[in-house]
Amino acid sequence: MAEFWDGGYAYYATALLLVIGLYAILVKRNLVKKLIGLNIVQAAIILMWVASATRPDATVPVLDTHGEQGKQVVDATDYLNPLPHTLMLTAIVVGVATTGVAFALLISIYRRYGTLDEAELLEQMRGEPQ
Amino acid sequence: MRSYYDDRIVALSARLVTPFIQLFALYVVFHGHYSPGGGFQGGAMLAASFLLIRLSIGTAAAQSQFQRSWGTPVSSIGALVFLGAGLIVMFFGFNFLDYAGLPLGLSDPELRNAGILAIELGVAVTVAATLTAIYDDLVGEPLGPLAGGLDEPTVVAEADQVEGPEWDVEFGNG
Amino acid sequence: MRHLTLIVLIAFAGLLFYGIGHVPDRGALDSPPNAAESAVGSPNAAAYYVENAYLDAETPNMVTVTLADYRSFDTLGETVVVFTAGMACALVLRRSRR
Repeated sequence: MAEFWDGGYAYYATALLLVIGLYAILVKRNLVKKLIGLNIVQAAIILMWVASATRPDATVPVLDTHGEQGKQVVDATDYLNPLPHTLMLTAIVVGVATTGVAFALLISIYRRYGTLDEAELLEQMRGEPQ
Repeated sequence: MRSYYDDRIVALSARLVTPFIQLFALYVVFHGHYSPGGGFQGGAMLAASFLLIRLSIGTAAAQSQFQRSWGTPVSSIGALVFLGAGLIVMFFGFNFLDYAGLPLGLSDPELRNAGILAIELGVAVTVAATLTAIYDDLVGEPLGPLAGGLDEPTVVAEADQVEGPEWDVEFGNG
Repeated sequence: MRHLTLIVLIAFAGLLFYGIGHVPDRGALDSPPNAAESAVGSPNAAAYYVENAYLDAETPNMVTVTLADYRSFDTLGETVVVFTAGMACALVLRRSRR
């Protein structure tokens, strides 16, 4: 049973989340719901990266300097892989910025066309004289 | 007419909690060296404290905490602190963003410690100001005179026009 | 059109689940991110960062040292991205009164 929790169930769960987010982007008609689907896709990918940064019996990548002297020899297999955490910090902040800009664009779309429904938007955009 | 932001309980709770949120955000920024944390996390919490006041009291009363016009200039100041820390060391012959060249007179690892703290502060300021600026731009210009707030309590209706429950207790009006 | 979309989604989900079965185990010590040395013999980036973070920067938190010292250029780029997002919102939404 312990192999199940240590193993690849996390990847299956994040893949399912990714497909749910893609479903929201492709099938929903409201633009805000598509944006929420985009956020779900981003959350799934970040979770997959962070879930892959584990080692057996490893601890958080923060050195404990209170016990012994500070500069003891550090064994790299005692600590988690810090690199995916670093990269995903960047990804989270970029996702927040992207969501903010997407909301600004949605507001200006609503001001221009009066609707946020995809089908009505396409009709109005086709009907405009170019 | 009753303004949207006249609920005294919500306003009092938000004003009570906000200094602790800001203190904890500063703690997270400064203790990014010793525990999980750092610039981005602390900056997001600082922005949350600004947005709490804006959501509970109103943008008009929140101008005394963080004004609308401060959003983009303050975020550019944070980015310039980061770039400045990287460019100063180039005048002393080191590579770009190599903190060992900071002219502070400490040993190399301690100089890197100081350099990391400086750029984390810049990043926190930028993230907090940008998130608040995005919220202010999404909300837009306030409609009409900025009514409401805590200095002018408005009365919803006169006491004798409202039908209360049978156990109506006599309060003072207004 | 909707049926085609659902078929594509199910096929993509099947492809993902098939691919996950061929990925190394989570936390396996011989997978490329966790190995001590990379395939060409140079030290692995993550192992180097964990072992040398305190010696180089006097800071116990290895994630912060990686983010702000070893990979500080990426953090600079990301700060500029956040600032650019704020500027983009301002440019799209602020209407100046002529």
